[in-house]
Amino acid sequence: MSESHAHAVVAHHDPTVAHQFDDKAQQTEAVTLGMWAFLAQEVLFFGAVFTGYTVYRSYYPDSFIAGSHHLDIKLGGFNTAVLIASSLTMALAVHAAQNTKRIRLVFFLLATLFLGFVFLGVKVIEYGDKFHHHLIPGLGFLWAEPHGDPKHVQIFYSFYFAMTGMHALHMIIGAAILLPLIWMAIRGRFSAAYYAPIEMFGLYWHFVDIVWIFLFPLLYLLGLHAQ
Amino acid sequence: MELEHSHHPTVPLYLLVFGALIVLTGITVLVAFQDFGVMNNVIALGIAGIKTTLVVLFFMHVKYSSRLTKMFAAAGAFWLAILISFTLSDTLTRKSHPVQGWVPLPFVQTPGPIESVPFVEHQPGQASEHH
Amino acid sequence: MSAVPIPRQSETPGLEMPRQHYLNAGYSIKSWLLTLDHKRIAILYLISVSAFFVMGALFAGMIRLELLTPQGDLLEAETYNKMFTMHGVIMIFFVLIPSIPAILGNFLIPLMIGARDVAFPRLNLLSWYVFMTGGVFLMTAAIFGGVDTGWTFYTPYSSVYSNTNVMLAGMGAFTAGFSSILTGLNFIVTIHTMRAPGMTWFRLPLFIWAHYATSLIQVLATPVIAMTLVLMMLERSLHLGIFDPNLGGDPVLFQHLFWFYSHPAVYIMILPGMGVISEIIACFTRRRIFGYSFVAFSSLGIAIIGFFVWGHHLFVSSQSVYAGMAFSLITFLVAVPSAIKTFNWTATMYKASISYESPMVFAFGFLGLFVIGGVTGLFLGAIGLDVHMHDTYFVVAHFHYIMVGGEIMAFLGALHFWWPKMFGRKYPEGWAILAAALVFIGFNLTFFPQFLVGYLGMPRRYHTYPAEFQLFNVLSTAGASILGVGYLLPFFYLPWSIRFGQVAGPNPWRAKGLEWQVQSPPLTENFEQTPIVTEEAYEYSHLEAKVV
Repeated sequence: MSESHAHAVVAHHDPTVAHQFDDKAQQTEAVTLGMWAFLAQEVLFFGAVFTGYTVYRSYYPDSFIAGSHHLDIKLGGFNTAVLIASSLTMALAVHAAQNTKRIRLVFFLLATLFLGFVFLGVKVIEYGDKFHHHLIPGLGFLWAEPHGDPKHVQIFYSFYFAMTGMHALHMIIGAAILLPLIWMAIRGRFSAAYYAPIEMFGLYWHFVDIVWIFLFPLLYLLGLHAQ
Repeated sequence: MELEHSHHPTVPLYLLVFGALIVLTGITVLVAFQDFGVMNNVIALGIAGIKTTLVVLFFMHVKYSSRLTKMFAAAGAFWLAILISFTLSDTLTRKSHPVQGWVPLPFVQTPGPIESVPFVEHQPGQASEHH
Repeated sequence: MSAVPIPRQSETPGLEMPRQHYLNAGYSIKSWLLTLDHKRIAILYLISVSAFFVMGALFAGMIRLELLTPQGDLLEAETYNKMFTMHGVIMIFFVLIPSIPAILGNFLIPLMIGARDVAFPRLNLLSWYVFMTGGVFLMTAAIFGGVDTGWTFYTPYSSVYSNTNVMLAGMGAFTAGFSSILTGLNFIVTIHTMRAPGMTWFRLPLFIWAHYATSLIQVLATPVIAMTLVLMMLERSLHLGIFDPNLGGDPVLFQHLFWFYSHPAVYIMILPGMGVISEIIACFTRRRIFGYSFVAFSSLGIAIIGFFVWGHHLFVSSQSVYAGMAFSLITFLVAVPSAIKTFNWTATMYKASISYESPMVFAFGFLGLFVIGGVTGLFLGAIGLDVHMHDTYFVVAHFHYIMVGGEIMAFLGALHFWWPKMFGRKYPEGWAILAAALVFIGFNLTFFPQFLVGYLGMPRRYHTYPAEFQLFNVLSTAGASILGVGYLLPFFYLPWSIRFGQVAGPNPWRAKGLEWQVQSPPLTENFEQTPIVTEEAYEYSHLEAKVV
């Protein structure tokens, strides 16, 4: 614990340091640890459904492969590239903020938002396609193919929608948080002296990317060599 | 803690990591079309793990962060490993057999609302039909 | 070293309430409902958790009334199922999990480490609102006819067959869980980053170590049950089949995911209590806790090892025997850190100058009852014994000994110990001793017969039972009524003391710890100057003889 925090309670003249913190360094450390603790919690949140997926994949491998074949690997691969690109633009946004490059910051935040919308748009297309092919459990699910037991394919799609749906929800929340951040960036609120919100949001956004990095092979790339 | 932001990735490094991530994605897809048996799963998860590590270390700056941050980052993964491995220790080692004569209810592919599932009035002493 | 006695109430004349403190820093509703002060948030939690406790106790009363007679004459079977479900859901998610952390942790952690507030005060306030939202969901479920799945929500009954308000109750538990995550996150960051100068990790009060370990569990375990409840609710609304055997689902998978949280959850419930007991014993024996670092590390040990044992709830569920053996072995291992604490507390008391003020009486109650509860957990951790005792009243007695005999006793002890700090006034000691005695006697009379009747085969969650078990049940209900009176008393003398109690001064117990160096009640910003810590924890040998 740094000894530099040893001073009496005085009124802060730095408006970017909250009253409970002694100085900027303590605040930054706290905010960073707080975000990582939140992300650790998110790992376990998604982890529960990943566990369920793992168990059922071990129970019903053929049905899972059959279900996976209906997923469009081109769209999935494209979306993976889109998300990785959005992580790049987010990292560049943080870099811009660190160097007080306001216009660059706004540009990269907008690029991240745009790529996020592209991803969600592709998901809408995918989900719509699933609906047309009666592959949404609970909404007229129908499996008439020779491979895979219908009950077990339904379980695959239950996990597909639970996992990608939860992921998409996190992306929507991320996009919603990006909007006020972009507004604040336009207003010049971020600079080398204060860019923690951008960096912390970046951590969240990268985490959402990591979830998809695992979702893509687990859901889309099953049993392709058997085709 | 001022050390935390004294060293940061440069733009070229970010671009390099981006390139690696795209290449690894391509490799994952190509490998999926080859038959390596059970190794397909191992390779797929392994590549996902490498990609994650790159994102965590460079995009999320963990390489340049304090040891405490590194521990927090690792904690989530470690605890998830406990959840998955111990659950699998049960599901993969069961030797249970189906109950004699148990037949699942017919699978209705366009089910109605939950009211259509019959609720059997339970008399004391009577065995339930639903096991 | 000669121990300095704690002054009797009558020996502290001339103390005055401080002019300014956190309670009179604003009187409007807005100043309370929009507060960012961790101490006010603690009081908000105190009021709401107490209200939930009363509700949960009423449901328990209905259970015990029904069980007075072997026949199902008071309640229908389905209604009885709703009684024990609501009792469990309320007591676990809305009383035990938040109790010590959200009330005393919130109040004391910044004070004990020398900080002005927690790391994220707004998140702290949000956690209370999230908690209350969960409560609204649950009360709505109760008003619309309750839920009958048991607090464990086992599938496929909860996800397919139950006709009760499972969705609302599930939303209630889900939401309360997020409140718990936010609290834990706040505490972890606060303890890491906001300790005063000189407050190294090994000078921290053991209360802080206990809450740090608790917070680890809250952050890492709670999201799993959140997702599990979501999956169960999705299955219920969309007929997914994830946990329905008819559709290829595995109900035991639900149990794995459920207990991955719910077992560490019991450590969320007991660890803060253990932290409290360390503080109380140190103060009333005038001694440093024996083996401080062992006790500190044992908190972490319990938290970590506690994540590896959840399968002991699944021994008879058709879980693999091999997994069962692994879980059983580790269950025995997790008892070791708890035992270390118990031995260390006992060693602290050896040849010490013990005084029997009411907090210490509650602590003694904790010690005995926690040992019984913990040891009976070991019985249940042995697979062979569990086959016989699973789903009997033996299990019910076991967890009530820990959760009520342990955690609630510790909570009451903590409430009494720090009440003078929170409100600046002392409560009437005689009434507190009476309450402690009634609680202890009533508790044992309620739950000890349940060990016996459970071993004899009385199953849990049934509203009827064979006639030969009636004596045990009558004793148990009689004990419950005494226990009820014991719990009722503090609801009177504690609020009474806020207005009429004797002024306490900064340190009525002559205890060590930063929280006792500030005025009672504390200022909103806690400290006039950031303290600088130079001595180890529990330096009771350095106390002056002069009465403050």
